[in-house]
Amino acid sequence: MKGLLEWLESTPWSIALLESLWVWPLVESAHVLTLTIFFGTVVMNDLRLLGWTMKSVPVSEVTKRLLPWTRAGFVVMVITGAVIFYSNPVRYYHNIFFRFKMLLLIVAGLNAFVFHRGIHRKVAQWGKDLVLPREARIAGAVSLIVWVTIIMAGRLIAYNWFDCDIQPQPGFVNWAAGCLTGAN
Amino acid sequence: MPPETWLPLFEWFENTSVGTAVRNSLWIFPVVEGIHLIGLGLLGGAILVVDLRLLGVGLKRQVPAELIRHTQPWLIGAIVLLAVTGITLFLSEAVKCYYNTSFWVKITTLPIAIIFTFTVRKWLLQRLIVDTSWQTRLLGVLSLALWFTVAAGGRWIGYS
Repeated sequence: MKGLLEWLESTPWSIALLESLWVWPLVESAHVLTLTIFFGTVVMNDLRLLGWTMKSVPVSEVTKRLLPWTRAGFVVMVITGAVIFYSNPVRYYHNIFFRFKMLLLIVAGLNAFVFHRGIHRKVAQWGKDLVLPREARIAGAVSLIVWVTIIMAGRLIAYNWFDCDIQPQPGFVNWAAGCLTGAN
Repeated sequence: MPPETWLPLFEWFENTSVGTAVRNSLWIFPVVEGIHLIGLGLLGGAILVVDLRLLGVGLKRQVPAELIRHTQPWLIGAIVLLAVTGITLFLSEAVKCYYNTSFWVKITTLPIAIIFTFTVRKWLLQRLIVDTSWQTRLLGVLSLALWFTVAAGGRWIGYS
């Protein structure tokens, strides 16, 4: 893993990207601004599941009409995110906020998967109910909490507080960041 | 660029207790920035649901007035959250903002975007517009362009 990341970091495009005056900020800005499309549509969908907005609109309609925008936003998020990662792979790999964010992305994915494979299949039956099934409300709440935390973690990746070259750190921080300290 | 006579005011902003407290802390600025971003996402959702409808995509089977009524509390909530966190961030680096072109782009388009959005929505609430026309599309495009300028200007404060 480490070797692969070190090789990635040494590729000319990675170096050019990190040193670029315009490209890096533009990619980063695209990542942040696409949040409004991706997270924006996710939030409205989750709030609908919780029954906190658009109550007169069937859930199936909200999901069907917003999901294409969520998907498109997600694709842009992943591509721009991958480009940012590629610009400095070793640093991000050892950043605890980055690691936390990746873990939470898996949680968010699992939550969406369970929701769509489970209760959402019967959306036609409960779509117009004023109070939705418990599973649907839980899925909405989990999604909301996880994505909000992902945004916070993502923002904090920019800070080097717990980077491996900032020592000493508590043992669990070095463990979570996968740092090789002098003791090793 | 603003007149030179405004600079003392911005120096005063930076020396307020809030500005100083944020500057003296390692954590407050990043965390408030994170909350500001969450607010941005929420604002995006509340704006998009209506603007996509005005463009004739998204929830096109709904009447715009209905969607406006549903999303209005979240729109206002997002703006309040963004204003509180944004002012906090601003106070901690007011002098930097004074010299920052992106800040002025953002701060001049922001009131335009807010007035435009609430005027248009008030107008739409009074009419039962069901069909998408070039007029509704124009309103949607203008709204998205205005808010994009505000958000992009905001992001660029950190780079310039």
